[in-house]
Amino acid sequence: MSVEFTKLGAAAIASNVRAGDVSPPDMVRASFNRAREIGVGRDTLNIYLHSDEKASLEEAEAMHERMGSSADAGVLAGVPVAIKDNIASLGLPTTCASKILAGYVSPFEATAITRMRASGALIVAKTNMDEFAMGSSTENSAHGPTRNPHDVRCVPGGSSGGSAAAIAAGVTPLALGSETGGSVRQPAAFCGVVGVKPTYGRVSRYGLVAFASSLDQIGVLGRTVDDAALGLETIAGFDKLDSTSSNVPVPIYRLSALGGPPPDSKSPDTEAIRIGRSPVPLPPPPTSKTLEGVVIGKPKEYFPESLDASIRDLCERSLDRFRSMGATIRDISLPRSPLAIPVYYILAPAEASSNLARFDGVRYGLRVDPGKGLKAMYEATRSQGFGPEVTRRILLGTYVLSAGYYDAYYKKAQAVRTLIADDFKSVFASGVNAIFTPTTPTTAFQVGAISDPYEMYLNDIFTVTANLAGVPAISVPIGRVRRLPVGGQIITGHFDEYTMFRVAYALEAGLGAEAHQ
Amino acid sequence: MSRERFEMVVGLEVHVQLKTRTKAFCACSTDFGAPPNVNTCPVCLALPGALPVLNERAVELATRAALGLGCQVNPVSVFARKNYFYPDLPKGYQISQFDQPLATGGFIAIAAKDSGAELKIGITRLHMEEDAGKSIHDRYPGATAIDLNRAGVPLIEIVSEPDIRSSADAGAYLRTLKQILQYLEVSDVSMEEGSLRVDANISVRPQGQSRLGTKTEVKNMNSFSGVERALDAEFERQCALLDSGGKVEQQTLLWDGAREVVRPSRTKEGSHDYRYFPEPDLRPLMLDDKWIGDARKHLPELPDARKKRLGQDFGIAPIEIEQLTAAPALAEYFEAVARASGDGKAAYNWVMGEVLAVLKATGNDLSHFRVRPADLAQLLSLVRDGTVSHTAAKRVFALMVETGKPPAQVAADEGLSQVGDEDAIATWVDEVLVEHPEEAKRYLAGEKKLQGVLVGFVMKKSKGRADPKRVNQLLSTRGG
Repeated sequence: MSVEFTKLGAAAIASNVRAGDVSPPDMVRASFNRAREIGVGRDTLNIYLHSDEKASLEEAEAMHERMGSSADAGVLAGVPVAIKDNIASLGLPTTCASKILAGYVSPFEATAITRMRASGALIVAKTNMDEFAMGSSTENSAHGPTRNPHDVRCVPGGSSGGSAAAIAAGVTPLALGSETGGSVRQPAAFCGVVGVKPTYGRVSRYGLVAFASSLDQIGVLGRTVDDAALGLETIAGFDKLDSTSSNVPVPIYRLSALGGPPPDSKSPDTEAIRIGRSPVPLPPPPTSKTLEGVVIGKPKEYFPESLDASIRDLCERSLDRFRSMGATIRDISLPRSPLAIPVYYILAPAEASSNLARFDGVRYGLRVDPGKGLKAMYEATRSQGFGPEVTRRILLGTYVLSAGYYDAYYKKAQAVRTLIADDFKSVFASGVNAIFTPTTPTTAFQVGAISDPYEMYLNDIFTVTANLAGVPAISVPIGRVRRLPVGGQIITGHFDEYTMFRVAYALEAGLGAEAHQ
Repeated sequence: MSRERFEMVVGLEVHVQLKTRTKAFCACSTDFGAPPNVNTCPVCLALPGALPVLNERAVELATRAALGLGCQVNPVSVFARKNYFYPDLPKGYQISQFDQPLATGGFIAIAAKDSGAELKIGITRLHMEEDAGKSIHDRYPGATAIDLNRAGVPLIEIVSEPDIRSSADAGAYLRTLKQILQYLEVSDVSMEEGSLRVDANISVRPQGQSRLGTKTEVKNMNSFSGVERALDAEFERQCALLDSGGKVEQQTLLWDGAREVVRPSRTKEGSHDYRYFPEPDLRPLMLDDKWIGDARKHLPELPDARKKRLGQDFGIAPIEIEQLTAAPALAEYFEAVARASGDGKAAYNWVMGEVLAVLKATGNDLSHFRVRPADLAQLLSLVRDGTVSHTAAKRVFALMVETGKPPAQVAADEGLSQVGDEDAIATWVDEVLVEHPEEAKRYLAGEKKLQGVLVGFVMKKSKGRADPKRVNQLLSTRGG
């Protein structure tokens, strides 16, 4: 079973579990066996921060008993899932890979995890990450860097590096990550897996430890587009505990694999697909009509002169596949996108400086008290509890919000953010259905190779605009350069995840095995 | 004296706790007096990952307050984070409103101290925010305890224009504000329980100068008269400073009510930079015209309207109306008695006399008062139709307060119904004349002024049941 396990998608696992071919405990054991085999601990890939095999097995056994023979155990029945360590979970600690939250166990659970569990998912681990999701390499973890399973000398990307590496290492078919500026898509690209960041408001943030609230979204990582579609569909939708979550209806994303718009009525086939018993393979083999009528924009700002030629070639190959499946490729411009990095590095730290004020040593987490009064306790706790990148961003954010600087930085950055979002709006209003770009300007770099913070920030240059504009985006493997994976990014309009998945399924099917070559 | 040369300029910031069942951004109870940290949850403890959800009821009450104070309620207002570190502020920021408050531009009319003329004190803004917890410094030696029951309780802050020119006007403003908020039923407005708190900004300037002087902020007053005394003390201090050629320094001062002085606060308020920015966890608050219009339509009757109406309906003099309507509960009680009995004058006398006396003696408020307005009205009717005498009525009333029974039953049980029967009264009169031979002799000899004394004896003997009119008539006949 364990050989197959590393290759099966979430839908296939759930389908087998519900058919009684395998049991939930089988799947948990398979996951932990694979984890031992490949090494997810601190001295190997350093993917897992917290896991409890015994507790996970007990949970799986309880589920097995509940299932009996016929009860519907959910679309993710028995699927082992890894969770980024900044999403509050019951049972396992939630520490954001920070010393300041060492040992902290949340008394409540994130809505996304609750929904995962309700669909039958089994949480097996909390994964390594850049401290408080601040970073692009998972090197800013208090527990040391996660290693890229494709090349252990390299970083897995970040900040959801642990979740991306878990998928790449085959320990789980599905994982939750979080995005503020590309933290799911960039590691997905670096690790050769699929990573989706939904529209802002599509998934409840309740239980996601806030970094920059107006940009943060929980995202899904999986082996395939289908994993991501199934995972996102499970956690998407309005939540009264998050005032910024949306009540726009959630379509059945998996149906987008069949091409065309969402079907109006529920045919037996759509119901079968919804519950993971598709009569056809998803996605079906591509034809010249798979993307008929779809207009895909190619923004010139995301294909600069300086772009790595091999990555450009892989993107062109993907665009050729789109054409051969009936899509029209249109050259477009998102002129304000080059301003995204500076705007992001004003707004995100500003919100972070406020969001991280609660880690003050008073109620929970680390307290370092030199016994010299309140201010000294604050200073000692926070300077020892936070790592250098988190400290840098808190200082930066405090500065840009200060009296006398607010208008020049925060307010201006907000205005530019609106312009960046307007660029996307007008492109989609002009008849473009989806935008295609490289996910990252480079492949995974070696651990320790980038020491300049600004150079590190440039990793997010193609991803951060989707966060600023609030639109959905997905990274799909499109090939390899010098053995390292490359991701292609598909961006669509607000709440149009359906079209995004449709194009992503098509790309995956169109590339076939080439996606990993 | 320097005082006459200077003018006091005061603006008040009043924090009012809204009367909601649950907190502003979570479902925790707002109960006052629960054991420490019982009314808390992940949201108001600021646990990682928790998010605020706005309490709709708090918006309703804040809007009602704004409309009742004549403010313009803004169709879009924005919550903002006010960032500062303090152990009883769990998130490290307070959710408040900053550059786009809920409401702007109202006023409160008071009677000016000197002339009695109507004076309008402008209201700059009214915004919503959440309360912090409590730091308890004196319970555990060497440590500070934190109680977060109050953290997240909804407040409104009402900021006045610097239109106030005397401590007495400040007191009048506060009393009127409190009365209006009571009528609006938005808050318990109790300074003792902390549901109403006042900070004062005060500056002085030479009479006739239009430019404002440097202001100080005075805090820590725990009564309206405390506010008045604090303002007077700070006015004196600033005048003396200016007189001696000094300068007023912008700072925060604390009122020490025991010593009647203001002292500089240890925290340097002026150095705070709160780094306000829009709260990204909450969407802008949008109130449509219809919703605001409905809130306006359903506003409870305000004090001025009620005074006018009660005066007209029941013929009560203006000065009496003021006392009667000071608190809405008393005015409502009065009105119910007056309507049921059809006798406004009698209702006024009873409510302001007997009822208030009982409330004062017991220290209770009307919500714990056992005599229902309908029962008091019935008692008034019994007096009017002669079933119960005035004297007996007071006894009946006392028993009604004790037992909560209706007056007819009390009077019957206690034999306090008035006796108009000639024979019974004649018997009492005869007995009194026998028992008090000296007075009887002098009275019968023509000393008419003794008639009152003898009536008193009869009333006492009858336990107040005898109809005094008949007693007088009978005595006159005997003396005759």
